[in-house]
Amino acid sequence: MPLKQTPIYNEHLRLQAKMVPFGGWDMPVQYESIIAEYKAVRQDVAVFDICHMGEFIIEGDARSTGLDRIVTQSLNDLPVQSCRYGAMLNSQGGVIDDLIVFRLQPEKWMLVVNGSTIEKDKAHILGQLKDPACFQDISDRTGKLDVQGPCSREFLKPLLAGIEKLSYYTFAEFSLLDERVIVSRTGYTGELGYEIYISAEKVVALWQKLLELGAQPAGLGSRDVLRIEMGYSLYGHELDDGRSPLEAGLNPFICWDKDFIGKPALLKQKESGLKYKVVCFVSDSRRSPREGLDVYDAAGSLAGKVSSGTFSPALSRGIGLAFVERAGVEVGQQISFGHDDMRTPAQVVSRPIYKNGSLKA
Amino acid sequence: MEVMDHLYYTKEHEWVSIDDGVATVGITEYAQDALGDITFIELPDMDAEVEQFEQLASVESVKAANDVYSPLSGKVIEVNTELQDNPALLNKSCYGLGWIAKLQVAAEDEATKLMGAEEYRTYLESLE
Repeated sequence: MPLKQTPIYNEHLRLQAKMVPFGGWDMPVQYESIIAEYKAVRQDVAVFDICHMGEFIIEGDARSTGLDRIVTQSLNDLPVQSCRYGAMLNSQGGVIDDLIVFRLQPEKWMLVVNGSTIEKDKAHILGQLKDPACFQDISDRTGKLDVQGPCSREFLKPLLAGIEKLSYYTFAEFSLLDERVIVSRTGYTGELGYEIYISAEKVVALWQKLLELGAQPAGLGSRDVLRIEMGYSLYGHELDDGRSPLEAGLNPFICWDKDFIGKPALLKQKESGLKYKVVCFVSDSRRSPREGLDVYDAAGSLAGKVSSGTFSPALSRGIGLAFVERAGVEVGQQISFGHDDMRTPAQVVSRPIYKNGSLKA
Repeated sequence: MEVMDHLYYTKEHEWVSIDDGVATVGITEYAQDALGDITFIELPDMDAEVEQFEQLASVESVKAANDVYSPLSGKVIEVNTELQDNPALLNKSCYGLGWIAKLQVAAEDEATKLMGAEEYRTYLESLE
């Protein structure tokens, strides 16, 4: 299948970005340097093309439409103009996708899902909704740009009057480029930041405007480094159809006071005991862990596998996330990663790995 | 992509200069550009004997890990320890301060299996 292109595609080519396949999309991994783009997000302001992600609209009451059973997050206490992170599970308790639900109106919702899983998510949701007519896939006509960094609020003020009123995980409608757009105070970087939902027709003009005003274009390479430093899960790495969300550390994003698809399976897992958990770790050297490498506990026994790994510019060390056996690997302990004949020592640390983010500033 | 006239090249994008029986080895502009920001290098051990086209070092970037192969056979007589603390030199100065190791060359005629600058330029064009 040919790779899909976002509306910003030609702008990426113009900037001579390195393009890579990502979940069926042809996406920029970097423009000039992953580390320079990373630094712009940690210290200043940068913009990511995130148009590949999917957006669905569901109209109706959360319970009577069936939406409430489809997602793990609590919806009935979610205020209008707020959003909440959670997951969609299959009946075995595996993760179909992780997603953010926006409450647009008391009975109107927007679901923001991963770009690689749009079709799978849509099929699942349509199969579960009481009346499929309340569902709309607006992914193709919706553009999404993420403006992230400690200076993002000051940077956006001239474009979005009142942006400073948005608190973490809330959103509002603003006028921008002669249309009504949704801006949420959310992100995937650990820094203060905003995500702008605008029509696919206007998103190129917005991209150009943000660059003109001085935002650094940032690619998916830096985005991955930023999210691993924060210990955030990435679908396909820490989350997938066969992996328990409890092992992946999604427990805080599951509402146990309601029924949802997969709940009986999760309760069973809790009862019989989970085998693995996800941990964050920091290499003793600049050598980076890579996905799929083995992880050994303090005694040197095989304990699990690396699910994500990279180099942390903040720590000048390799860092990673790993699934390890629950018993026997704790924060503060020395572990190692690699394979039989080459192991690199590392230390298990608490999440997030990078602790100085401006996320809630 | 910058290609230096006086060097020999491999298909894996290493360069080597030979001066009085001593070979200086590094990676090319093409290699450093493909890797992106280089974050780690594992240098060879001093006195290690390496064979032509066998592994000499390994480099890691934010995105990936890659082996560096020796363009010639020989004994490692010097390594660029500066790279351990500052692997970004491989990006900034791949033909200069970012050299990786020096070898006492075992057989200079092995250079016939390498590409000259013109040949390497043509090879790079064929990769596009």
